[in-house]
Amino acid sequence: MDINPDRGGPAQPLLALRGLTKHFPLKGGLLGRTVATVRAVDDISFDVMKGETLGIVGESGCGKSTTARLLVQLLGLDAGSMVFDGEAVGEPRASGLSLREYRRQVQMVFQDSYASLNPRLPVEDSIAFAPKVHGLGEREANARARELLSAVGLAPAQFARRYPHELSGGQRQRVNIARALALQPRLVILDEPVSALDKSVEAQVLNLLVDLKARFKLTFVFISHDLNVVQFISDRVLVMYLGEVVEIGPVGSIYDRPAHPYTRALLDSRPSMDPSRRRTVPPLVGDPPNPVNPPSGCRFRTRCGFAEDVCAAKKPVAADLGGGHLAACHMASPGSGHTKAGAIMDVAA
Amino acid sequence: MTHSPAAPAPLPPAAPAPTPLMKLTDLSVTFQTRDRTVHAVNGVNMELAEGEVLCILGESGSGKSVTLRALMRLLPKFARVTGGIEVAGQDVLAMSDRRMADFRGGEVAMIFQEPMTALDPVFTIGRQIAEVVQRHEGASRATATARALELLELVQIPSARRRLDAYPHELSGGLRQRAMIAVALACRPKLLLADEPTTALDATVQIQVLLLLRELQQRLGMGVIFVTHDLGVAGEIADRVAVMYAGRVVEEGPVGPFMAGPLHPYPRGLLNSTVHGGMRGTILTTIPGAPPSLSTVPTTCSFSPRCALAEPACDAGVPPMVEAGGDRRGRCIKLGQAA
Ligand SMILES: Nc1ncnc2c1ncn2[C@@H]1O[C@H](COP(=O)(O)OP(=O)(O)OP(=O)(O)O)[C@@H](O)[C@H]1O
Ligand SMILES: Nc1ncnc2c1ncn2[C@@H]1O[C@H](COP(=O)(O)OP(=O)(O)OP(=O)(O)O)[C@@H](O)[C@H]1O
Ligand code: SF4
Ligand code: SF4
Ligand SMILES: [Mg+2]
Ligand SMILES: [Mg+2]
Repeated sequence: MDINPDRGGPAQPLLALRGLTKHFPLKGGLLGRTVATVRAVDDISFDVMKGETLGIVGESGCGKSTTARLLVQLLGLDAGSMVFDGEAVGEPRASGLSLREYRRQVQMVFQDSYASLNPRLPVEDSIAFAPKVHGLGEREANARARELLSAVGLAPAQFARRYPHELSGGQRQRVNIARALALQPRLVILDEPVSALDKSVEAQVLNLLVDLKARFKLTFVFISHDLNVVQFISDRVLVMYLGEVVEIGPVGSIYDRPAHPYTRALLDSRPSMDPSRRRTVPPLVGDPPNPVNPPSGCRFRTRCGFAEDVCAAKKPVAADLGGGHLAACHMASPGSGHTKAGAIMDVAA
Repeated sequence: MTHSPAAPAPLPPAAPAPTPLMKLTDLSVTFQTRDRTVHAVNGVNMELAEGEVLCILGESGSGKSVTLRALMRLLPKFARVTGGIEVAGQDVLAMSDRRMADFRGGEVAMIFQEPMTALDPVFTIGRQIAEVVQRHEGASRATATARALELLELVQIPSARRRLDAYPHELSGGLRQRAMIAVALACRPKLLLADEPTTALDATVQIQVLLLLRELQQRLGMGVIFVTHDLGVAGEIADRVAVMYAGRVVEEGPVGPFMAGPLHPYPRGLLNSTVHGGMRGTILTTIPGAPPSLSTVPTTCSFSPRCALAEPACDAGVPPMVEAGGDRRGRCIKLGQAA
């Protein structure tokens, strides 16, 4: 029996997110009162299409991990809605999908391969744990764990009874991936899954992810600050800045024709392996500002070379550049009032 | 450098080589504790000319940080260090503790990945820089403070005068990194040791700090040893690179030819497995296996269990450093041969 029937067909997003918001109160003073609010994820909307890998990039603190935790419902939403293959999440009435069933279908892999495994359990038991909780018999759960260990390239005879500290970082990350697959999810959220690994091991794990995705018909949301890795693995890319989505589109058009000034600066900041093409001027000055008091209007305006009065006065709306490529910059919206409005396609071409 | 390319014609007598700024001769470091031994560095030879930037590349555990720390004698007491370490003609291993205190932060300074390991959280940035200047140069408080301001401006900290009174935690990650660089440069070191100083920074900030370091290095004529595992970082900043594997340098040479095509199978594999543009849809090349445990000193080519070119001769002993011409060399009996 297929435990993961495809309901809405390929054109219906696997996950449709609207207005996701998560603010964290900052407590201070003797009474522990809320002194400020971190607007970690601020009203973001996007779809995750069936079978795709959606890459999410952006600098430290822009809200990538918070978004990931919202997607797997490790954190509750402050506002917004999530619809999984046509069913509203967390509305266990006739029309909805229970949180428990949603959590089975959406799994997560974290950056820190060590912290996410129980140090006292052999890895086989760690992988079999969740299926047992979900009612699978001891024998079946262990058989599934061993199958998954083989699937991630760890021979069960050699590795099943090892403890996490007896594995290398790359091997531990393989175990984490196997564990995420143990409940046969449809969607896997990978938060910096290769960032702690050496390059030669990173390449092994990336190949493995590509292989598993095809084999188990998975959909990925892949978070990384490494723009090269995201380009390699993603079908579409979403760029975040200070809790907001600034640009989203197919990987080719984002990398070849970035429209948002932030995306362009981010891509230009990649160090070049060719010493004859060294740059002399950094694409951006300053650090990303703090998400406690984000600038009014366009949040990027304090670092943007094209900022004008309208950028402080009005928040840019996502402009459609065709082919599913959207950018939230006044220069991309004809009639926004920016003197370069509508010119962004020229800049990008 | 005095290495000659492998040319058939007899060479003219070499000009007397200038004393290198830094020279490591057969450096080895072993950590021995009750329950384990780690042979972290196993006979490293390295030279750095004045005003030169050398990047040490290599995977986790290859001995990069230990080599750097040995240069400053910052290793724990139980570490056994053998071989020679010379900086500006002085024997570092023979220095008295007093001399060492002047040497550190004076002729040689070090910066780290995590700036809070080098900055004191309870003193302002200005105070910490002034402190270094007073201690090493015997300057007055006023002179030292003026110099602190100069240094904050040198590392391009905006509103430098106001930032003199800031505590480290009040600065953003990028500014803290700049403040740490200012402390390191306070006494005009001849040699700057940098252990992954940009690894934890965001992309847009990393490139700012790399460009700053390159500019300062050129302006002040410092020699720099820069440890990184990121080939892109080496591409932006290095004059020369040295690749370490299992505690040994396996390839060394000028950065341009190296990036265009490494000679040793290990850095070749490293370059091929590094993801960059245009690899979408391909299966990435990987290096199978993992580096050796360093509980014993490797007595063969340490890379042979993972090397596609390996043959019995590779395990006859540690491959010698082979000159390849153009100031390039590598430890491989098949150096430069195609797979
Ligand atoms: N539990 C929390 N309480 C308070 N603030 C939080 C909490 N979790 C995250 N934040 C803040 O929310 C913002 C977004 O954090 P998040 O971890 O989502 O960023 P990120 O994009 O994943 O960054 P990184 O690249 O460093 O992992 C940051 O300013 C962070 O400090
Ligand atoms: N104080 C110590 N005691 C015992 N072993 C140590 C100590 N410092 C380093 N080592 C060991 O020496 C070896 C080399 O470590 P080193 O820190 O030089 O690696 P590295 O190349 O800098 O790696 P990374 O890229 O992870 O920083 C490792 O096996 C490490 O575990
Ligand atoms: S809206 Fe204005 S400030 Fe924001 S990115 Fe566009 S031009 Fe720059
Ligand atoms: S010496 Fe042999 S095993 Fe070692 S790198 Fe060269 S070819 Fe490979
Ligand atoms: Mg994160
Ligand atoms: Mg290190």
